[in-house]
Amino acid sequence: MTTKNSYLDMELLRFTTAGSVDDGKSTLIGRLLFDSKSIFEDQLDAVKKSSEKKGLVDVDLALLTDGLKSEREQGITIDVAYRYFATPKRKFIIADTPGHIQYTRNMVTGASTANLALILVDARQGVIEQTKRHSYIASLLKIPHLVLCVNKMDLVDYSEEVYEQIVADFKGFVAKMDIKDVRYVPISALNGDNVVTRSKNMDWYNGSTLLHLLENIYIASDYNHLDPRLPVQYVLRPQKIEGFHDYRGFSGRIGSGIFRVGEDVTILPSGFSSKIKSIYAYDKLVEEAFPPMSVAIELEDDLDIGRGDMIVKPNNQPQVTQDIDCMLCWFSDRPMQLGGKYALRHSTAEVRTMVKEVVYKMDINNLVRDEDDRDVKMNDICRVKLRTTKPLFIDDYKKNRFTGSLVLIDEATNNTVAAGMIH
Amino acid sequence: MMDKYYITHLRELESEAVYILREVAAQFENPALLFSGGKDSIVLGWLSRKAFFPSKIPYPLMHVDTGHNFDETIEYRDEFVKTINARLIVASVQESIDKGRVAEEHGKHASRNALQTTTLLDALEEHKFDCAIGGARRDEEKARAKERFFSHRDEFGQWDPKNQRPELWNIFNGKKNMGEHFRVFPLSNWTEMDVWQYIAIENIPIPSIYFSHKRKVIERDGLLLAFSPYLNLDEDEQIEERIVRCRTVGDMTCTGVWESKAESIEDIIQEVAATRVTERGGRVDDKRSETAMEDRKVKGYF
Ligand SMILES: Nc1nc2c(ncn2[C@@H]2O[C@H](COP(=O)(O)OP(=O)(O)O)[C@@H](O)[C@H]2O)c(=O)[nH]1
Repeated sequence: MTTKNSYLDMELLRFTTAGSVDDGKSTLIGRLLFDSKSIFEDQLDAVKKSSEKKGLVDVDLALLTDGLKSEREQGITIDVAYRYFATPKRKFIIADTPGHIQYTRNMVTGASTANLALILVDARQGVIEQTKRHSYIASLLKIPHLVLCVNKMDLVDYSEEVYEQIVADFKGFVAKMDIKDVRYVPISALNGDNVVTRSKNMDWYNGSTLLHLLENIYIASDYNHLDPRLPVQYVLRPQKIEGFHDYRGFSGRIGSGIFRVGEDVTILPSGFSSKIKSIYAYDKLVEEAFPPMSVAIELEDDLDIGRGDMIVKPNNQPQVTQDIDCMLCWFSDRPMQLGGKYALRHSTAEVRTMVKEVVYKMDINNLVRDEDDRDVKMNDICRVKLRTTKPLFIDDYKKNRFTGSLVLIDEATNNTVAAGMIH
Repeated sequence: MMDKYYITHLRELESEAVYILREVAAQFENPALLFSGGKDSIVLGWLSRKAFFPSKIPYPLMHVDTGHNFDETIEYRDEFVKTINARLIVASVQESIDKGRVAEEHGKHASRNALQTTTLLDALEEHKFDCAIGGARRDEEKARAKERFFSHRDEFGQWDPKNQRPELWNIFNGKKNMGEHFRVFPLSNWTEMDVWQYIAIENIPIPSIYFSHKRKVIERDGLLLAFSPYLNLDEDEQIEERIVRCRTVGDMTCTGVWESKAESIEDIIQEVAATRVTERGGRVDDKRSETAMEDRKVKGYF
């Protein structure tokens, strides 16, 4: 619970959860919400009633996280649901993604903004194919931190040996992937061991509880502070407002890097250069701006700049190109059309694009490339080459999640049909 | 990297909401902000002023007025609109009733909450608004946990929970066909606590009914309701005076009040921290069935 004024200095951590069906994901989230006192009495009452209706003796914490009625009736979750809880140190946003067939697109969606991926395994089963797929997606989406929760430790007599074996298996596998920071915690979501309170049943475990880890893992460097990029979102031109007759503010959210008043900048695509005259964080002047601040930058020179342009530094520029090489996750039940045209959104820019080539499809069960099957359907992950109608200002997704990502939109239905990570 | 390059959770939520508001201004031709006078829409108005400073807010505030308001709400509304230098449009449920678009509910549980939907959809059409910004939060209710920031509505104003667009990174897709519109929820990731804490750090003025005061109330189904001429009483229902405050502000007939001594925002924050019932738990309209909210949403409710 929030003690007096601790909220003045709390950080935000976004994490995504994944596990296969019945690994205990809903129970774990229910447990985190419950033990951190983020569950309200009326919510608990509703869940108690539902538990009774289902003939259960104990309250089923998993019911706390059930979403929509249609899903409740089918007893499955089919979409990303967001949950919130806070401790005096941090506020947490959970993107809860189900382990069902549509998991790929859901997990990709949840993972796109996450600082951390929490992956569950059942201690009785250890690392299975699903675990590998989830870890692959976490690494594909460049989630900076991964926590492997070995759940249901109560069903293996809280055995250190079982746990160590699972950790060793996972380490062997994850070494091949590009994940910076991997942690391991043995838990019982049902009984609460090592979730919020330290387990008395596993005195062999010296690490932190899951909540302690979530509260303390270092996330301030998850943002890229090196490559200054401000995609221009909206131009502020007050004109008739006293004191701001000639003001033109280029507003947007800093994607990466640090901008300071007085620095030289270059504008893309024009290539014009100027200096930063002022930076407003809303109604206040600031000296510098960094992610994820929303600001408005004013320049010394009167340049023609609009939405979709990008403010960068002269000595550190993204690639300007119409040819995009990227990994794509396909979301739509309408298969991808080779040679098909789509709208493409990248930062604040929109262009049209054509799919020129499918280089390979990822067989995500075996984590190998499949160069024979190039039919891209829902939940498929593939490497493609795109050609756009106008140049985009791109970075490698590995280095920059905001200027390295894009989505495709079907122009007939207006639906978002794919997410791309640029190489 | 040095620690000075991080912002607190409230500033991050603020920055995210401002980003969404600017996306709305950039992606839609004719947006409007739904203003109820409640704390969430107050925060939205406040953020709108910040998002477009020093320019004027490029969309009007629209109040769907049930006619059953706490007096304080209307006074506050008119003052607040001046403070943030916004334009106000009022859409009246009474007018919808007079025009025969909707019929007044009868009986003990009569409320104008359900009628608002028609007034809202009519007003969106009349003003040709293609986007309505709302203050809904995902933590309010189960059905909202999966709501998007940009929520697509078909030409009948309906929401299709099965057919929502995935939202990734900070890319929001507001593309639509003629006649369709969007609801956009910049406070999606805020909790009730975040909203109060933000009001505290920003010193945002709020309507006096959020603070503890003496009021005539009746007790019904375990909730306290503010007494008003619009409320149809049962014979055995007694009017009493209690020291209360409102936890949400809406139509007077279905907004629960709450025994409380909270006299400042800090008091409210402490109270919310200690409270064990969700704020929607105080709204009669949600109690009708466990999936009440979802049913109303599909029809085009806020
Ligand atoms: N014994 C034991 N059972 C658990 C544990 N965690 C979850 N379960 C049970 O496993 C089943 C599936 O859990 P649930 O949370 O619904 O799984 P999900 O499909 O991953 O969301 C339920 O019957 C839970 O009570 C645990 O730590 N120990």
